[in-house]
Amino acid sequence: MTDMTIRPDRAPLTVDVLAGPVSRLRKETAIRWFFFSAALVSIGISILIIWSLVNEAWTFISQVDWSVTWGETGWFPRRGLYDMPTLLVASLIVTIVAMFVAGPLGLGSAIYLSEYASRRTRSILKPVLEVLAGVPSVVLGFFALFFISPQLIERIGRNGWLVIGALIVLTYVALVAGWARNLMKREAGTPVSVQVQRILMLTLLVAGALVLVWWVNGVAETADTFAVKRSGQLAAAAVGVGILTIPLVASIAEDALASVPRELREASAGLGARKATTTTQVVLPAAVSGIVAAFIIGISRALGETMVVFMAGGAADASQFTSSPFDGGLTMTAGMASLATGTDSVVGEGLTFQSLYFVGMVLFLLTLFLNVVAGRFVNRVREKY
Amino acid sequence: MVNVTPSVQDALKGTRVDEDATTATDDIAITVPTAAASSGPQDEPSGDDLVFDVSELSVFYGDFRAVRDVNMKIRRNEITAMIGPSGCGKSTVLRSFNRMNDLIPTARVAGNLLYRGVDLYDERVDPVEVRRRIGMVFQKPNPFPKSIYDNVAYGPRVAGRKKGLDEVVESSLRKAALWDEVKDRLQDSAIGLSGGQQQRLSIARAIAVDPEVLLMDEPCSALDPIATARIEELMAEIKAEYTILIVTHNMQQAARVSDRTAFFSVELDEANDRRTGLLVEYTDTAKLFSNPDDQRTENYITGRFG
Amino acid sequence: MAMATIGNNGAARRVEDEIFKQGRDLRGAGFRMVLLAALAVSTLILIVLLVQVLTDGWPVIDERFGDFWSGTLRSRSSDDALGISQGIAGSFWIAVFVAVLAFPIGISAAVYLEEYAPRNWLTSVIDIAIRNLAGVPSVVYGLLGLFLFVKTRDGNSSLMAGGITLAILVLPIVVITAAEAIRAVPSSLKEGAFGVGATKWDVIRSQILPFAAPGILTGTLLSLSRAVGEAAPLILVGAITGRLAPRDGSFFGADQFFDRFTAMPIVIVGWVQQSGRDEGFAAAAGAAIVVLLAFVILMNSGAVLLRNYFEKKRG
Ligand SMILES: Nc1ncnc2c1ncn2[C@@H]1O[C@H](COP(=O)(O)OP(=O)(O)OP(=O)(O)O)[C@@H](O)[C@H]1O
Ligand SMILES: [Mg+2]
Repeated sequence: MTDMTIRPDRAPLTVDVLAGPVSRLRKETAIRWFFFSAALVSIGISILIIWSLVNEAWTFISQVDWSVTWGETGWFPRRGLYDMPTLLVASLIVTIVAMFVAGPLGLGSAIYLSEYASRRTRSILKPVLEVLAGVPSVVLGFFALFFISPQLIERIGRNGWLVIGALIVLTYVALVAGWARNLMKREAGTPVSVQVQRILMLTLLVAGALVLVWWVNGVAETADTFAVKRSGQLAAAAVGVGILTIPLVASIAEDALASVPRELREASAGLGARKATTTTQVVLPAAVSGIVAAFIIGISRALGETMVVFMAGGAADASQFTSSPFDGGLTMTAGMASLATGTDSVVGEGLTFQSLYFVGMVLFLLTLFLNVVAGRFVNRVREKY
Repeated sequence: MVNVTPSVQDALKGTRVDEDATTATDDIAITVPTAAASSGPQDEPSGDDLVFDVSELSVFYGDFRAVRDVNMKIRRNEITAMIGPSGCGKSTVLRSFNRMNDLIPTARVAGNLLYRGVDLYDERVDPVEVRRRIGMVFQKPNPFPKSIYDNVAYGPRVAGRKKGLDEVVESSLRKAALWDEVKDRLQDSAIGLSGGQQQRLSIARAIAVDPEVLLMDEPCSALDPIATARIEELMAEIKAEYTILIVTHNMQQAARVSDRTAFFSVELDEANDRRTGLLVEYTDTAKLFSNPDDQRTENYITGRFG
Repeated sequence: MAMATIGNNGAARRVEDEIFKQGRDLRGAGFRMVLLAALAVSTLILIVLLVQVLTDGWPVIDERFGDFWSGTLRSRSSDDALGISQGIAGSFWIAVFVAVLAFPIGISAAVYLEEYAPRNWLTSVIDIAIRNLAGVPSVVYGLLGLFLFVKTRDGNSSLMAGGITLAILVLPIVVITAAEAIRAVPSSLKEGAFGVGATKWDVIRSQILPFAAPGILTGTLLSLSRAVGEAAPLILVGAITGRLAPRDGSFFGADQFFDRFTAMPIVIVGWVQQSGRDEGFAAAAGAAIVVLLAFVILMNSGAVLLRNYFEKKRG
């Protein structure tokens, strides 16, 4: 109080005083630029990825004789045969089988953890998924080759798996049919766009079911080549990929379930619905976008998984075309990895090196598409609640 | 609600008439006559005495105009109270006085807000400099998860002060009437203090940077009557050094501590069907509570609002 | 009362069941069992996996762990000098690259996105870039590394190429987890600091980063374990799976940054591949996996515990 006369607020105030010292402004600006440039790195990396892919893939696209990329006997890059269907079909097989493992297990775990588990159970079981999520894919590759392949795939055998596969496919078809019937019942009063979406999705699922039936049937007729191999087969690799994908599907689905407001559950329970009814009739429909997103991201992950197929997929370097999971084969990713091993041979003759980038670009575009679609579904959940 | 008016009147009487009051009321007893003498609407404060000159201030959140038509002249070493129903934009206006609204990306200010003759929203003005001169105490106590000492010393430290921190911490805590309670545990975490102590710590933290103005947003809303009384006492004590703006929902408090009161209200904005706040009346506290000019003020202070 | 008069009538039972939600809700119980089975199977898989790896690798760990630790990549599994020292060295340096490059850049980017970024198109481009980068398959990062660092050096792979590639790979993970942790800082803390005249940098340094530190640390631990376990990008940039001559230099020598290299997961891949012609490599691979898993699980559970601890502490 005694020094009130020299308090700064007695001196006249100008804009310059309130502008603060230039040095501080400079420092803050410099720091801001530093953080900004760190954020720009992500754009830089994206551009570099796209540029590197396009750059090399373009050479391939413009120089390759397209007749060797379709309808050849298989993927033999070092002989100049780049049969894309070989890789694409193998990727498709691995992804489908993997999702038949990861989908039910991941979603089931998520529902149990989010709707049924007590706090205590949750605190014990959740870490299991978290540990599983951290297991490196080379470990799954090892496990697929030395356990899944001999103990699961080969022991049960081709015929056993065909029966199991048929059962799984039938269950799936039944689920789709039941769901479709439910949808049709509640059709009245929904907007046209939603109806169109539903019908599209339904068509997709039914088509999927038909393709699956056709495929299992086809495998049953043709796959007589099933033999005990020390190098594994696509099915073993696919199960390994599926195991890797479980925690991912579970965690995204669990997030989606957690975002369903508690009031919805309470309202349903308040009407006297049982827990299972509440879960299947109220919670799951409310979280359906997020669950779809979980599946799509799972598919994207399975499509991009490399090491498990590379180690346990039953083919090295090159592969014959096959549509049977009991054969050895190369997915897009495994094809890339096997091209790159064996040291310097990547920078080999012809378009071998460039084919690597062409496959990489196809994979990149596919996963990007899936991730963008999944992002849409996730956003839809966010908007709703 | 029924006895709001009588108690407000009592409070006013207390500040003006009672000669045997504490130091706190003593201070007010000294200032009220001078304020009253210079408080006619025709009397314009100027020069050194005019701290804030607000004219036609509006604050927007995105497209939504939260408050409009704020015209206030705030005098040095006075306590100005801001009252009004919830959502009328008191906090919004208060936060625009030290550019706290800059932290909300959508917030935007229109109109004039002069601080001692300088436009606070001039593009050359650095909000950091503004906030060092115009401190703020928030509605909810928000101690940093650090020691009591570090909480108080935080402001001086970021202002570049390295020496004499012990003295600053002690004098700030003393002014905030917290020193005796915490002097033996300055290194303990501030999170362990009670709500009332935390709020006084926030005040100590705000005055440690030696601001010219203190903005207080419902500083007592989380406190019990005893802690509230202490903070009111404190305000009376420090007002010789600071200019204080206080938002409160407690009309007795406004009547007890303030020299002037601004009453805000809300009206439906037909343009976008949202409720916009506005300044209804701003005048001498005694007048506002005993003989308001505006019917809406009258309704509010007599409890007939809404 | 009404119940009592109807007595043991079946309808009353059903009403009772509905009301008290217990008794023979067979479908509900079945549904619950199916869900529980999903979790149980996942758990079982993890247990079988761990047991399988341990039993496969146990002979090596039990009989010659010391040699195994200090040994190098060899062409025969019976070689006494077969071991993982080169893999350990490679993985160690890769972790260092990740810590030095990805952590500061990633955390800074997160600070920018959460605290500075204005709402404009550039910010949303950055946001989209990071989100999509996190979903790009790891092999594609390998293609990038191959293109940037190997092709330009006449096809010679190097430890540095691998390290930088993996740093790029985990960068989006670091950014996303750090941004989440920063978003959780209560705005009242920031306001309190700004209110006494702190600059943005003051607030970031003294409030935001300390408060977000546990969350950021969790993210960095997770990304470190991801980087150490990742193999595909390293295969692409040409890490050595076959035989790698031991180096003369020291473990910490910076000269090895430009040398051919391997890493723990690559060692495992190599040995698994060679187990086709030389069975002994399977056991070696199992032992190497035990070492890798021990490290990765330690990191992951550390991260999880850290997160749970602070979540609990903050209520
Ligand atoms: N960050 C924000 N974004 C958008 N609108 C806001 C924001 N903060 C406040 N508002 C709106 O501005 C209006 C005024 O809010 P303000 O908090 O200033 O009211 P108040 O008078 O302080 O109310 P109270 O007495 O309840 O504290 C309200 O309609 C509120 O919804
Ligand atoms: Mg308020």
